[in-house]
Amino acid sequence: MAEPILSVDHVGMQFGGLTALSDLNFNVGEGEILSLIGPNGAGKTTAFNLMTGFLTPTKGAVKFRGVALRGLKSHEIADLGLIRTFQRTSVFPRDTVFDNVLIGLHRQGKLGLVESILRLPRARASERAQRERAAELVRWIGLEHRANDLAGSLSYGEQRLVGVALALAAQPKMLLLDEPVSGMNASETHTFVQLIRTIRDRGVTILLVEHDMPMVMEVSDRIVVLNYGRIIAEGTPEVIRNDPAVIEAYLGQSGKKAAAHA
Amino acid sequence: MDQLLQHLVNTLVLGGTYALLGIGLTLIFGIMNVVNFTHGVLYTFGAYMMFIVVHQLGVNFFLALPIAIVAGWLLGAAIEILLLRPLRGSDIDTTMLVMIGAWIAMQSGALWIWGGVAKSVNNPFPDAPLVLGPVSVSWLRLFVLAAAALLIVIAYLLINRTKLGKAMRATFQDHDTAALMGVNVSWIYTSTFAIGSSLAAAAGALLGPVYVIFPQMGDLAAVKAFAIVILGGLGNITGAVIGGFILALAEELGAGYVSSGYRDAMGFLIIIAVLIFKPTGLFARAERVG
Amino acid sequence: MNRLATLICLAAFISVPLWLTDPYLLNALITTGIFIIGAMSLNLLLGFTGQLSLGHIAFFGIGAYVSALTSLGFDVPIFGDFHIVHVPWPPIAGFVLAIVIAGFCGYLVGRLSFRVRGAYFVIVTISFAEVVRLVALNWVELTQGPLALTNIPSISIGLPGLGYLVLKTKLQNYYLVLAVAALSYLLISRLVHSHYGRAMRGLMENETLAVAVGIDVTKTLTLAAVISAGIAGAAGSLYAHYIRIIDPDVFAFISTVTMVIMVVSGGKGSLAGPVIGGVIFGLLPVFLRPIMPPEAQWITYGGVLIAILFVLPRGIVPTLAPLLGLSRKQGDTAAKAAPLAVEERA
Repeated sequence: MAEPILSVDHVGMQFGGLTALSDLNFNVGEGEILSLIGPNGAGKTTAFNLMTGFLTPTKGAVKFRGVALRGLKSHEIADLGLIRTFQRTSVFPRDTVFDNVLIGLHRQGKLGLVESILRLPRARASERAQRERAAELVRWIGLEHRANDLAGSLSYGEQRLVGVALALAAQPKMLLLDEPVSGMNASETHTFVQLIRTIRDRGVTILLVEHDMPMVMEVSDRIVVLNYGRIIAEGTPEVIRNDPAVIEAYLGQSGKKAAAHA
Repeated sequence: MDQLLQHLVNTLVLGGTYALLGIGLTLIFGIMNVVNFTHGVLYTFGAYMMFIVVHQLGVNFFLALPIAIVAGWLLGAAIEILLLRPLRGSDIDTTMLVMIGAWIAMQSGALWIWGGVAKSVNNPFPDAPLVLGPVSVSWLRLFVLAAAALLIVIAYLLINRTKLGKAMRATFQDHDTAALMGVNVSWIYTSTFAIGSSLAAAAGALLGPVYVIFPQMGDLAAVKAFAIVILGGLGNITGAVIGGFILALAEELGAGYVSSGYRDAMGFLIIIAVLIFKPTGLFARAERVG
Repeated sequence: MNRLATLICLAAFISVPLWLTDPYLLNALITTGIFIIGAMSLNLLLGFTGQLSLGHIAFFGIGAYVSALTSLGFDVPIFGDFHIVHVPWPPIAGFVLAIVIAGFCGYLVGRLSFRVRGAYFVIVTISFAEVVRLVALNWVELTQGPLALTNIPSISIGLPGLGYLVLKTKLQNYYLVLAVAALSYLLISRLVHSHYGRAMRGLMENETLAVAVGIDVTKTLTLAAVISAGIAGAAGSLYAHYIRIIDPDVFAFISTVTMVIMVVSGGKGSLAGPVIGGVIFGLLPVFLRPIMPPEAQWITYGGVLIAILFVLPRGIVPTLAPLLGLSRKQGDTAAKAAPLAVEERA
């Protein structure tokens, strides 16, 4: 098998006396769309924060393209190409949608200070290129009619889209989405699924943490299921749909029986 | 060695009043998350209250002290109700700047009313100090130490043994949950600010007669209060007490063995050093007030 | 404010000495101008990066002392008979050194700010300023302490061989200050609208998100602090060579507060804010002096600061500029960029 782009090696997380995660062990292949699901309290958020480098595991290691995330600062992790979105506070509220994406293009526009201040030709060209790219991204998420509105004035769903544009602006090789469709209606969710597929087709690996089961089943190549801080199942949507452990975790014993008789 | 003992005695006296300053600010800063720049003004206010009550109203010295403290309580409540309440929910920068504005206005007011010439308050204690072997300490200073100790105990009991204190501690931990539990968070804020201010006024009322009283005396006191809070950890009363004594010790030893001109720098240096090396303070258990 | 309005203001400032002949007012304008430079530098840190530095006067004062000492020379005993001696250099060298050393101090503060934020950062900056003041007060061998450094030479510009022009008159100093102020404004404007400025803004608006898209917090804050401090140092140097006498009172906290009032009332986060706020609060004392004593003036300033925070929390310029149709519409550039992209594909 090809080298996984993200490897979670026997990761454990303890908070004081509480074990949030134990022996989390799985890989994400390049170009996959992988979803992390599980009932409330299963440890998804903790796992997500570990995989994005926001938390350091008490045991084991998370590696991105072979590089261990331990000890790296958040912006260094972003520089590797591992970009995450946020569920709340996903935008820069007092800037316009366009400017939001422009800020997100930070990794692209790095230039010398003197060059920037003197507005030398190379700096001007870089600015122009960034603005074009920002406009392109805003168009791509379908918000060009709101480009000049303050991001904070957008609806929840629209803010999420801006968050995705921001993440794309940061040139991810892998994108981690934190409950991207929570609070979205069916039509918005559907658009989002298309968006995710298109992003993947451009070569970006995607991992998402989600609650919306139909969406997860529709979009994922593989699914990892957590419960009580452990992985209880892993596989394609078909496999997961029929896995008894998963059914029990979500629906309890009666659900298991119902599924068995279905 | 004798000098060292004298320094230690001075430290006890000074430390007690510094502790009061620190407790007051750690309550306000900790529970309300307000950078209270008026804390120094309240210190000055307490001192001037002693002056007015003893010299201009002719009241007994020992009676003047509680009056000054109550006056500080009232002024603190007024500041909170007039300036902080309307700004609840604003970001910390705005409240900080409002506190700065209030501080300038009040300090200039003091300068305008009483002038820049230093005042002193007569005290009823004998001038001759008490001499115990190699150390000497004035009766006034002993009184200050005793009064400060009493007030520290009262503050501690207030926070840890009363219903009000319980509500304050709950608000410190989590405003929203406290509100859901039936705590009137609004009044807790006012009470906290008032109590914290009264402690600052108490410190000023105690130290005013020891030194002299002038409008800018609160400025240094304010910074020292912040140093103590940072040293002891936000919301940590015990930490504030210990921090107060540590600061007093650093000042005494610094003035005695390094240079008296840099005495006041001690507070600042402590702040810088602690925030560089251990930003949560020396006693990082400040998850709760008390 | 858009470009036309800025140019009109600049022209107005240039024309002032032509119709304002009262030397007292001109003097007030010069010192106001110096403080406006300081306020603009504070705004970079406060309004554009979101860090409230209440020790900003330290950079100003350090610039003043460095410039004064460079041009006066000094002889300081360090250990026993070991002295550090410096011969006087031309004031221009002092100006440059003031910027460099103040900037370096800004670097130190910037590195510190990585560890502490918000209220603690405020307290650290205040402490830093006070320590510097106490050093200036007590290290008498170097700074003369409260006796002040006197007879600081005026700035002279020129080239060796071609002759020097000593800037002694108020008129000359006015234009010198205006030139430095205009340059500072331009520098800050360029910085703020650049890639670096966006990083600062991102940091201020949503630090967690900014970091997640690759913005380096330490580098960004340090850059803002260095440039901010350097500009403040330049202002301090101008002050030293204009007033020609410097004592530790230059570090008074009240001066930081003045600059803060200028920035906050004018509008933090706007380029013109400190200028407008500076003109108002720099000249207000001149007009208030005949009617009220200084203490009453300060009560007024405290009251005005509070009033502004309650009524016009964003400051004068951000509130009024849109009403006058003067704001630069940030989104315009989006409309311009889009057709460009389309054309290239066609």
